[in-house]
Amino acid sequence: MNIPADLKYTPSHEWVRVEADGTLTVGITHHAQDLLGDMVFIENPAAGRALKKGEECAVVESVKAASDVYAPVAGEVIAANGDVESSPEAINKDAYSAWMFKLKPANAADVAELMDAAAYQKLVESEAH
Amino acid sequence: MERIRASLLFLVTVMSNHAASTPAALKLTPLNATHRGLAAKMVDFGGWDMPVNYGSQIEEHHAVRRGCGLFDVSHMLPLDIKGSNVRAFLKRLVANNVDKLQVSGKALYSCMLNEAGGVIDDLIIYFMDESWFRLVVNAGSAEKDLAWMEKMNADWGMGLTLTPRRDLAMIAIQGPNATQALNQALPGVDSITANLKPFNAAAMGEMFIARTGYTGEDGFEVMVLAKSAPFFWQALMEAGGQPIGLGARDTLRLEAGMNLYGQDMDETTSPLESGLAWTVDMKAERDFVGRAALEKSEITKQLVGLVLLDKGVLRGHQKVLTKNGDGEITSGSFSPTMEKSIALARIPLGIAPGQEVEVEIRDKKLRAKVVKYPFVRSGKVLIEI
Repeated sequence: MNIPADLKYTPSHEWVRVEADGTLTVGITHHAQDLLGDMVFIENPAAGRALKKGEECAVVESVKAASDVYAPVAGEVIAANGDVESSPEAINKDAYSAWMFKLKPANAADVAELMDAAAYQKLVESEAH
Repeated sequence: MERIRASLLFLVTVMSNHAASTPAALKLTPLNATHRGLAAKMVDFGGWDMPVNYGSQIEEHHAVRRGCGLFDVSHMLPLDIKGSNVRAFLKRLVANNVDKLQVSGKALYSCMLNEAGGVIDDLIIYFMDESWFRLVVNAGSAEKDLAWMEKMNADWGMGLTLTPRRDLAMIAIQGPNATQALNQALPGVDSITANLKPFNAAAMGEMFIARTGYTGEDGFEVMVLAKSAPFFWQALMEAGGQPIGLGARDTLRLEAGMNLYGQDMDETTSPLESGLAWTVDMKAERDFVGRAALEKSEITKQLVGLVLLDKGVLRGHQKVLTKNGDGEITSGSFSPTMEKSIALARIPLGIAPGQEVEVEIRDKKLRAKVVKYPFVRSGKVLIEI
């Protein structure tokens, strides 16, 4: 199971990296891409968009299915990864380097509510049974 | 109804629920252990535990277009109908005319309709001799098909014997290298494959070899006794055949412009509004089930191909906006061969190939071009955009 210890996670299978400046980088987990299969289309939120926690803000589509991606915390989109939009298969190759968008959280403290790697691992294992 | 947009949470929950173990309720083909040995990702497909892919769906798709792919299609049901009046029975039962079958082994694609002219199922009928026809029906419709056929058999006093052949496994071998792979896997079969024309079959004991498929490529669908299936599969792999899951099966058939029962047509849709008029034979004076309803019906819709011009992915049930009114996508996906999104859609009459329509995807209206399908045949793209 590929769940880096230095990242935070959501129950809806997004990963979140807390950068040194307090901004958040967001993508979908290795487990999520594995279940979705070959990625063919990514739609990211526009920079400047204000998101509520849990808001549908991006879409990942594999050959098989479309899935919504949710804002891990409330905040403002400060960047979207154009490279992953033009090469969606990058998510299959390495889900943790193929980030989707960056967020400036409305409240830095909200990050504490995200799951750590151990909790996310438990979630994935519980879903497998 | 298939749910098209799922949250990752939903998808992950559904898909991994039986990744670890096979619930007793799921039906298994004779190749189930083979798929698991190949580390296939297994899904619940209409009650069957089936491989959706063995790694990359797109790579599997290309393998069929460029080489040779192997599909376990044992979930589909072969059904033998035997007796003295099989031809007369089938002439009433199905919308295509089995009188087109006069040479032993010849196959016919047809819909079986209800009295309202809706499609109960689509199936292939093989004529073996006047007292034996073999049908192959969809996995998800098999039980209702059998019940319907038995009812007609009784109502019409035909006295035929209908035998579901769950003792058989079926493997599809598809792609430009299919003949070579089959010949190598089954020494001696080359005398049959050399002379077998498309949409024809030959029986050798319990082995049944048909030059048919669901990919738009040359290939075979071979039935063998269930116990032999794992050995046969292994021999086909050693001969260069690559295992292909249901995921690629769907994109291959969509590119080939072949209907999928339950998506592109069902009991509520007319074959005449599903791109299947060519399979409904009204020429001969023949009273088949559904004919009266079809003759009275007014045709207002057509099944067309769509190619998405903007970025995104077409999916089933998305709304199509045309100048003649709204329609709906019946099957949509990403075409690995064309590297564009394509779809089959049921839209109002009067919209011709070459015209543009709009498709509602989430909160956007995206442009799509109406095209005449198939999109791809024998490895070649037939659509110019």
